[in-house]
Amino acid sequence: MIDKTAHELHDLLIKKKISSVELAEKVFLRIESVEPQIKAYITLTKDEAIKQAEAADKRLKENKNVTLLTGIPIAVKDNMCTKGILTTCASKILANYIAPYDATVVTKLKEAGSVIIGKTNLDEFAMGSSTENSGLQITKNPRDLERVPGGSSGGSAAAVAANEAILATGSDTGGSIRQPASFCGIVGLKPTYGRVSRYGLVAFASSLDQIGPLAKDVTDAAILLQVMAGYDPKDSTSVNVPVPDYQKSLTTNIKGLKVGVIKELMGEGISADVKSAIKSAIKKYEELGAVISEVSLPSFEYAVSTYYLIAPAEASSNLARFDGVKYGHRSQEAKDLITMYYNTRREGFGAEVKRRIILGTYALSAGYYDAYYLKALKVRTLIKQDFEKALSNCDVLVSPTSPTVAFKIGEKANDPLSMYLSDIATIPVNLAGIPAISIPCGNANNLPIGLQIMGKAFDEETILKAAYAFEQNTDWHLKK
Amino acid sequence: MSKHETIIGLEVHAQLKTSSKMFCGCANNFGDPPNTNICPVCTGQPGTLPVINKKAIELAIKTALATNCKINERSVFARKNYFYPDLPKDFQISQFDLPLAEHGFLEIEVDGNKKRIGITRIHLEEDAGKLVHKGADRIMGSDYSLADYNRAATPLMEIVSEPDIRTPEEAKAYMEKLAHLLEYIGVCDAKMEEGSLRCDANISIRPVGQKEFGTKTEIKNMNSFKAVMKALKAEELRHREVIDEGGTIIQETRFYSEETEKTKGMRTKEFSHDYRYFPEPDLVPIAPTKEWIEEIRKTVGELPDKKENRFIKDYGISETDAFFIVSNSKMATFLEETTKSYNNPKAIANWLVGEITACLKESKMTFDNIALSPNQLAEMLALIDNGVLSRKVAKEIVLPELLKGSNSIQGIIKEKGLTQISDEGELVSIAQDIIRNNPKQVEQFKSGKEAVLMFFVGQVMKATKGRANPDAVQKILKEALKK
Amino acid sequence: MEINIEHVAHLARLGLSDEEKKTFSKQLGNILQYAENLNKLDISDISPTSHAILMENVMRDDKVEKCQDIESIMKNGPEIEENMFKVPRIME
Repeated sequence: MIDKTAHELHDLLIKKKISSVELAEKVFLRIESVEPQIKAYITLTKDEAIKQAEAADKRLKENKNVTLLTGIPIAVKDNMCTKGILTTCASKILANYIAPYDATVVTKLKEAGSVIIGKTNLDEFAMGSSTENSGLQITKNPRDLERVPGGSSGGSAAAVAANEAILATGSDTGGSIRQPASFCGIVGLKPTYGRVSRYGLVAFASSLDQIGPLAKDVTDAAILLQVMAGYDPKDSTSVNVPVPDYQKSLTTNIKGLKVGVIKELMGEGISADVKSAIKSAIKKYEELGAVISEVSLPSFEYAVSTYYLIAPAEASSNLARFDGVKYGHRSQEAKDLITMYYNTRREGFGAEVKRRIILGTYALSAGYYDAYYLKALKVRTLIKQDFEKALSNCDVLVSPTSPTVAFKIGEKANDPLSMYLSDIATIPVNLAGIPAISIPCGNANNLPIGLQIMGKAFDEETILKAAYAFEQNTDWHLKK
Repeated sequence: MSKHETIIGLEVHAQLKTSSKMFCGCANNFGDPPNTNICPVCTGQPGTLPVINKKAIELAIKTALATNCKINERSVFARKNYFYPDLPKDFQISQFDLPLAEHGFLEIEVDGNKKRIGITRIHLEEDAGKLVHKGADRIMGSDYSLADYNRAATPLMEIVSEPDIRTPEEAKAYMEKLAHLLEYIGVCDAKMEEGSLRCDANISIRPVGQKEFGTKTEIKNMNSFKAVMKALKAEELRHREVIDEGGTIIQETRFYSEETEKTKGMRTKEFSHDYRYFPEPDLVPIAPTKEWIEEIRKTVGELPDKKENRFIKDYGISETDAFFIVSNSKMATFLEETTKSYNNPKAIANWLVGEITACLKESKMTFDNIALSPNQLAEMLALIDNGVLSRKVAKEIVLPELLKGSNSIQGIIKEKGLTQISDEGELVSIAQDIIRNNPKQVEQFKSGKEAVLMFFVGQVMKATKGRANPDAVQKILKEALKK
Repeated sequence: MEINIEHVAHLARLGLSDEEKKTFSKQLGNILQYAENLNKLDISDISPTSHAILMENVMRDDKVEKCQDIESIMKNGPEIEENMFKVPRIME
């Protein structure tokens, strides 16, 4: 039962073939058996979940306010605030933090009647591409326990891939939804910046962060996006535009769809396996009637540099508040304020977070702002313009989601730059603010490969449609 | 003394009169018990986001319009990064290279000379919380500190002047003028003693004729207009003395002490701040539309200088009285309201400046929460004109009652039996009694000492407890004494 | 590329061990060296992008909304005294 998708389970729930409580219990049984190996969750909220499932069953029974998510077990990435429940960001500095409020997305999930199973592991404060930077535990890739699940939403991706949840939320600052989806063989969508409220998402890089769905197929991703999307007066950067009915865009007819293949992401640095899987996927699109062309985005060469100046700069400021005064860890060795600050932050943050705080502080500091931060903001303009130009001739752009399949745990741990460079395909999308989805499109040694489909700002419909058409004509999403 | 001129620039922080905080819905009050006006946003809980209070922007634009500033087509909030426990996010949302408004001025007057002081910029920011230091009166020597975030993220407007001020007196005049203006247009309470208006001063001196500025010091902790002047006088003197003795001024922040009337440098290492400003990614730019600005302009109303002139010209009020009345916006409005139902502005002004102010002072009340209404004052003045009330009774009995909150003049008159006695028969009989009982004075009057008449008037007033109409009394007495 | 890591760590109030200082210096040096590639671009006429999506004038009305859960905010405080957040002695 738990290997089914949310839309399949919804049918069973409304036909009363199963109950929500039954479904939640099955999910917890599965968790009990596989979680010791996978370690996808930081916190499990079984008691709450069962109560939510009971409430969902009541709604289903009375046929009142039933949504597509009513009674569906869902995992929440542990950088989204949940009232009364630990929100750790996988950091020692927040290991004891109980948020006093719900993130807007969490409120929406609760209102839709979904059943929150627990909070999933991530790279500390979402900084990383493997979930190895979690300050609390290492999550394994369900497809190969020796490999990373990707990151930073590695816990969410692993939970869905291992059937420890039907759906999950993720956040994506430079690929943190798409890359773990690709590594775990599932679907992950990063919406347009401003499409989903960031209120309650613990900020990593505010101008790049966006919340999105992780799911077993494109339909489920569309369903979850539907619930999460929409204007929120609590987030000044959430955009007040109507949210379309995403399920309506799930059609298989893509005749004449203009697909641009990004030249810069099909050359050097992309592994042969990945390249060939993407080429086959492009062939598939051609068969389905899409019009394929090659496009060049010359500024991509600068995307990683740009991102690793902007994101750490914002992070250095966003993470200043973890100072031992109001919440979270406080060093016990503190004879005065400044020592308290120093020790609290030294004890509380892991290496990658420290590295980025230093880098970001440096990029903003007097004498370097123009050379680093301001320059990066200008190059960001070029990257945005390149996308706008390419997307004025194409409906969607495609590329691999990641240059490689999931790598081994520990493989890149001591080389931050090579880890950063592995985000080359996903990072530009965040810098431009456009939407992108990763879907399974192949395998190499039984490890999944992801296809990234990018679209125009606020046009999630077209990328969903392109993804759905591919999925319905292939069976990569069914491979386990 | 050396031939130096003094250069002063002021940075003023004004707390804005909004109902809620700058970036969240908490009440903008700080007299309340610690940490009662707080929420996830203003305590910097992870994941929270700021949303700009529209009223704060409007009040700042209003100030910009009243100080002749140019409102920028696009202004941007920025983060000013520094660690301090009164700053929950460890950065302050402020404005940096694109403030709300720039290039204005304010006209001041010192010893009858008018002068323009340039305003460099007006920007908005959030205030910090309050720290309570334990174990000592202030940070120095305290054992630990406690943070209260009621004030955190309340809206603060910064007004930076050009270094156009040349004397401590001008600095005081500028502060008073600015405070008056802010209070007048309703953006700030502007009470330095209460901290709703704060001022930091930059001061330097240079030889007359020299173009470059001398090294400046920044003076903090001036909690009244007088303190601004005294602190700057002390610092000006210190600069001159140091330079006269061949020393050099060190650029530093100095605290003014009300007790010693001197400034004192902070003995700590002057750590060069690096605030790492960058555009606040959680907020989008403010680009005020022309229509919006025009709407706000309508709310600015007539500025004090203009109003003062109008009172002098149209109402015939003396310059001193006009200044006095206009310096309290409520009193100015009160005057105008009263003229609507009592068309003698000069008489109203006399009462406001004279009797009413005196009576409030005597009973330790202020005009700000006056119980008397313009209509009541108009009614009372009309009753005096009609001879129903004597001026004396109005001033000594009716006015104090009204200021205490009585709401019916007729009620007071009835209750205290205050109607002026204009009935001739009654007054004649009282007059005759008095004449009968004072034969000596009658003799004096009859022998030509006409001034004695005032003695009789006084006696009648005494007998009627001031309720007699003085004109009628004089007439009756003259007739009766002639008999 | 040499970072004055001591100064930067102080700005960030981040205590670092000598070991960390050494490693970070080297790693960040590499990253910054890589970032030098931005210097190849002529960007003098380009305006910076600080927001991916252009928006203006997002504001809220001046309405008071009392927080209903101040207690859970205070509960997270590592050290509370007189309902305030206690911090060790401030030495400027």
